[in-house]
Amino acid sequence: MSSSEPAVDDVLDTPFFLRWLIAAAGSVDREAARLTDLDSAIGDADHGTNMQRGFAAVAEALEKEPPGSPGAALVLAGRQLISKVGGASGPLYGTLLRRAGKALGDAEQVTPRQLADALRAGVDAVAQLGGATPGDKTMLDALLPAVEALGAGAGSFPAAAEAAEKGALATVPMQARKGRASYLGERSVGHQDPGATSSALIIAALAEAAR
Amino acid sequence: MKMLINVPETVVADALRGLAASHPELIVDVENRVIVRRDAPVEGKVALVSGGGSGHEPLHGGFVGRGMLDAACPGEVFTSPVPDQMVRAAAAVDSGKGVLFVVKNYTGDVLNFDMAAELAEDEGIQVAKVLVSDDVAVDDSLYTAGRRGTGATLFVEKIAGAAAEEGAPLERVESIARRVNDLSSSFGVALSACSTPAKGGPTFDLPAGELELGVGIHGEPGRERRAMMTSREIADYAVDVVVADLRPDSPVLLLVNGAGATPQLELYGFAAEVHRALGERQVAVARTLVGNYVTSLDMAGASITLCQVDEDLLRLWDAPVRTVGLRWGD
Repeated sequence: MSSSEPAVDDVLDTPFFLRWLIAAAGSVDREAARLTDLDSAIGDADHGTNMQRGFAAVAEALEKEPPGSPGAALVLAGRQLISKVGGASGPLYGTLLRRAGKALGDAEQVTPRQLADALRAGVDAVAQLGGATPGDKTMLDALLPAVEALGAGAGSFPAAAEAAEKGALATVPMQARKGRASYLGERSVGHQDPGATSSALIIAALAEAAR
Repeated sequence: MKMLINVPETVVADALRGLAASHPELIVDVENRVIVRRDAPVEGKVALVSGGGSGHEPLHGGFVGRGMLDAACPGEVFTSPVPDQMVRAAAAVDSGKGVLFVVKNYTGDVLNFDMAAELAEDEGIQVAKVLVSDDVAVDDSLYTAGRRGTGATLFVEKIAGAAAEEGAPLERVESIARRVNDLSSSFGVALSACSTPAKGGPTFDLPAGELELGVGIHGEPGRERRAMMTSREIADYAVDVVVADLRPDSPVLLLVNGAGATPQLELYGFAAEVHRALGERQVAVARTLVGNYVTSLDMAGASITLCQVDEDLLRLWDAPVRTVGLRWGD
């Protein structure tokens, strides 16, 4: 087992969560143009800009008021996204992190298993809020395989990152049934979903934080 | 593409500063992006709050004032505002009689206003919501986000705003707003794509010599593209679609709305064809409004919205209104 695959009894502390969120912010920043390009094919060409603005606010807030626990870090990040992103992405990504953070409570350290369960709670909340189901060509198509891989692999971050990336790629042949891309109907087929793509970036940042 | 801006990042803030400088009857919070009528909260009155992405001006900020909205929350260009703005707006205008959120049916707007309603209720503000969903170009099915909110937003905000100004309680203002939406249908066409400041160019490709029938107010795709048609042909197409959907059996309000880059000269010529087309289909028009009210940045094109009215709704439509974008009566 490589050092990037934590064992079941490994613990994840607050600095790990800060590294994760900062890595996610960096990755969203680097990929902003690509996200906007994907969005301009089937949406309204602003996903990269909006996520970039939101995660920049997350990084700034984490620095300004350093959270005292993993749960607090995720709740703070989620609140920032809800307050700064707008569109559908703000409430959806904000809810993902906020619910996951709430599920972790105020424990100072959590296990990869607990993180997997918390992310599952976050993803369930996203599904409920957005009303999407797997195959609708949304962020869920990257997030659901990721949390499944994370749960099954007892916290294997690289496996989760790979599952999310595969899930994002699998949205290419799908027809959008939720959000702005749904207006395109059949014309949404053949394009990768921007939301699934940015979700995969956030999951990939987990593996980066563990290195 | 040349634009009359400084940098794309400050387009919304710059416009808000201009609104503040030009209209002292409004309180414009540029930092928090909330536009409020200066005399709010109006004692004993239900308040109306709306909002949405910027780029559709005068919607919504230009409809803040007596007889219409109490506050508006502008988001980034074509991006829903955030819950913080809506909660701030609701708190600023609530007189204790409650607040109606007027929400155009787009996934982002719906989610943010839902969150805001929950947060406002936590603060003890009574909130009701009405969704505007009048664009007949979208099939209302499980496989789409549902009909988009477009021109009927103006009818909902004006008529429900007049009811609130008369002192109607929240349940009645809400039911009138819902009724106006149910009795309205819209259809839009684009002759050219719109350009967002962030992109600096057109957001979709529309070949020269073609038009998009059924386009959305963010340039969302419509039903079909055809070779360019005459004003007369477009009017017949649009009226057919809207009348088939609405099947009005009493007079209607007619909005002939410009998308942003179509001159008034063309809009009035189009209005003549729409009147002719409605007359040929035995639809009586009670009132007509022609102009740029629910725009799509610099898109060329137009939409029509019909709202079937009874005497009560017509009286509320005729009631005085005093906003930047719409004003009549005393």
